[in-house]
Amino acid sequence: MSFHRIGITINGEYEQVDIPSNLTLLQMLRDKLSLTGTKNGCNAGECGACTVLLNGEPVNSCMVLAVECQGADIVTVEGLAKDGVLDPVQQAIIDHGGVQCGFCTPGILISSRALLDRNPEPTEDEIREALVGNLCRCTGYIRIVDAVKDAAARQPWSG
Amino acid sequence: MATITTPDNVPHPVGDSVPRVDAREKVIGSALFADDLQFGPGLLYARIKRSPHPHALIKRIDASKARTLPGVKAVVTGEAFPGYIGLYLQDRHIFCRDRVRYVGDPVAGVAANSEEIAEKALELIAVEYEPLPGVFDPEYGASPQAPLLHPDLGKYVVANFIFPEPGSNISNHFRIRKGDVEAAWPDCDVIIERSYRIPHVQHVPIEPHVAVAKVDEQGRVTLWGSSQSPFAQRNLIAKSLGLSQSDVQVIAPYVGGGFGCKAGVSVEALAVAIAMNVKGRPVKLRLTREEEFYTAFVRQGLVSHFKMGCNKEGRLLAMEVKFYWDGGAYTEYGVNITRASGYSSSGPYEVPNVKTDSYCVYTNHPVGGPMRGFGMPEMHSGLEQCIDELAYAIEMDPVQFRKINCVKKGSTLVTGMVMHPTGLSECLVKAAEAIGWGRKDPPSAPNKRRGKGIALMWKAPAMPPNAGSSAKVALNEDATLTVSVGGQEIGQGSFTIAAQMAAGALGVPWDWVRVATPINTDYSPYEWQTVASRLTWSMGNAIVAAARDARKQILDMVAKAWSENPDDLDIIDGKVISYKSEESISLKDIVIYGISLPDNQGWVGGPVMGRGNFMPTYVTGLDPQTGQGPRAVVHYTTGAQAVEIEVDMDTGKVEVIRGVAAFDVGKAINPDMVKAQMEGGFVQGLSTALFEDLKLKAGVLQNSSFVDYRIATSTDAPQSIEAIIVEVPQEDGPWGARGIGEHAMVPTIPAVANAIYDAIGIRPGAPPYTSEKIYLAMQDAGLVD
Repeated sequence: MSFHRIGITINGEYEQVDIPSNLTLLQMLRDKLSLTGTKNGCNAGECGACTVLLNGEPVNSCMVLAVECQGADIVTVEGLAKDGVLDPVQQAIIDHGGVQCGFCTPGILISSRALLDRNPEPTEDEIREALVGNLCRCTGYIRIVDAVKDAAARQPWSG
Repeated sequence: MATITTPDNVPHPVGDSVPRVDAREKVIGSALFADDLQFGPGLLYARIKRSPHPHALIKRIDASKARTLPGVKAVVTGEAFPGYIGLYLQDRHIFCRDRVRYVGDPVAGVAANSEEIAEKALELIAVEYEPLPGVFDPEYGASPQAPLLHPDLGKYVVANFIFPEPGSNISNHFRIRKGDVEAAWPDCDVIIERSYRIPHVQHVPIEPHVAVAKVDEQGRVTLWGSSQSPFAQRNLIAKSLGLSQSDVQVIAPYVGGGFGCKAGVSVEALAVAIAMNVKGRPVKLRLTREEEFYTAFVRQGLVSHFKMGCNKEGRLLAMEVKFYWDGGAYTEYGVNITRASGYSSSGPYEVPNVKTDSYCVYTNHPVGGPMRGFGMPEMHSGLEQCIDELAYAIEMDPVQFRKINCVKKGSTLVTGMVMHPTGLSECLVKAAEAIGWGRKDPPSAPNKRRGKGIALMWKAPAMPPNAGSSAKVALNEDATLTVSVGGQEIGQGSFTIAAQMAAGALGVPWDWVRVATPINTDYSPYEWQTVASRLTWSMGNAIVAAARDARKQILDMVAKAWSENPDDLDIIDGKVISYKSEESISLKDIVIYGISLPDNQGWVGGPVMGRGNFMPTYVTGLDPQTGQGPRAVVHYTTGAQAVEIEVDMDTGKVEVIRGVAAFDVGKAINPDMVKAQMEGGFVQGLSTALFEDLKLKAGVLQNSSFVDYRIATSTDAPQSIEAIIVEVPQEDGPWGARGIGEHAMVPTIPAVANAIYDAIGIRPGAPPYTSEKIYLAMQDAGLVD
């Protein structure tokens, strides 16, 4: 096994991390950087709990090798709020009661943020489609979908 | 003088939809779950060697090669752990000793410096088996022809309300003999007989099981885990290992979904057993998603047979019920699911003559455990389709038929217990109204058929008669409250209602309350388990008692300082007020430091800490031969669901367009969270109705991933779910409240099944109602080519 030193920007801060070549991005975030907000639900790219933004795109971080992320820009759930002010999707999911156990919530928030970044005014079908890879066993999804709709209306640039 | 604060001008925290107390930390990623806890470089990683056979004798285990692999710190087999473990029936060892009984049964455990090394070590453990014939069907398993899976059944320690039949595979046989069914059949105008085979399903919380155990040099155990049952785990692990309960400390942070599978003991005992061999080192055991599917507790399969009859006026006269529960290899909770389904086997109906035999049967399938609903979704799946069929058979509207027969206050229940006040009829009427019962809307496309279905439910908390709760309410310098409980936050909102109830009972705003987390059995007050939808009611009562205790201490202190009668005082919005003298004082000035008496005459009071507990004392035993007794359970939560669906005639796909859920929760402490339970439960129920089925082939699971075992996604959820709260107070509930968590998914399968019948005229039988199953049924019926 070989080891690598990679440079990576995580939630706006540049980090250098020493990693073995087989380490996943998820393991690096959780085990090397103690960013445990990103969750491990299946380690197989099937549940979406580990979703992070990789250069603005939502990815299952359990399916990405950390060495691939040299020079990349990563946003995790810990990076959504700015100076203690919640992202509109974070606030909306609280307001709509879209959180129960909270284990899928980080992945849901990241997928929602990615959707709103590429499509500021999504339809309900587009929201459901964007979240189809994020499994939730508690809420039944409807409140989450409502929250994303509401968050779209609350975007700073929204009329 | 300023206007006095009175109860009328301050909002009461109970009944208000306050936001969840744990929401903010969960959305910013700082809420800690068991796998998030940091243990430093000393942490070891455990993996489990599991049986590849559904049933076999262990002839030899050779772990010598594994022990010499660099990085391996311990290899553990059953040899060292002769003790039995089990909640109601102690029928298993921590590691198998002479026999394996399901694919996945733990045979050995390894602790190593990394998961990779532990995984390699498993391959070096050689186990020689002698395969035995297996039991893969509960009805066959209960027959005398079946191979015996637990020859020592007669020697196992068992709770006094569970009745195993040694010499057979029956781990519990629960009977109801009410009235005389044989005498009643001739009076029936219609009798139907139906059988249903309900498949195993899995809980699949998004957070897999994880446990970290550490054993110190004195043998004291600390266990961190994702747990619904910190105290039950402490108790069962201590008993199995011959330790004092006070030498086992269980620390349980937030649970990332439980639904029952994190109740009782599963991976925790394995982690502790391994850690005993590497004293001083924390050992983490985390299930893979694949293991989560085939080694975690499953919802038991059920073979149910119903015979029921009614007269042409629509009165249910008799029911004969047989349940064969597929309990799996061991029976942590299965024996009590068997009992619960037995004492609820009439469904929420008053039936004068009932004969029930409910069997829990050992099979070579994964271990049956408690899952949201505790037998009720499985049981109601068939029962509520039969009720629908009877109604149609006598040409009566199914809603009307249910109105006539559903339990009401004063009904004599299947156990002889008299029904307490219940809002079931109101739930039925409101659900029917909300779905537009009797109105047929056109389908959304020419190739679709539309239908509506309705189903009722009931469920009692299934637990030992004397399951207890306790709570502590401590006041801080700034008059905030720290509420300590042993009941867990598993997503259902227990910490939020804990805050609301403590605040409401003491007289402070709800956001002055912090609920102490994580649960720690060394510091948190005792709670039996976070199961049975019992916390709002049972833990709630303990919290109210603790808050009232604190309140009394405060009022006595102030009365003494002011030379007043405590009866003239009140606590409102964080202030003690006197209705008599119209004096007032802020709690923050007095709850730690007390009050100084006039003229430097000294002080009264001191740090205020209230304690409270609750345990039901009135549940009676049931006659083992007849299942009759004055009070079988603490209470029943009742409710109804209705759905509107479309069936695609080209594909057989069933789409649930909208749902209605109406439940009698006694009192909604937090109405919005009650509705959230109803919605989430509905979609979980819908998922089991349409998709879920653990495919077991001769004991081997065929679909152990989210790709092969599909659960409902965002695109499967209905367009809307209307949640209706009915409030007929529970006599001994806090503000009248009773539980709702599990009930929300109980009637969904039959509601969907009844809607499928309404749409296409086919009774779909057992779930899941996959496109394939429905299409083939439509072909059989000649509806499609």
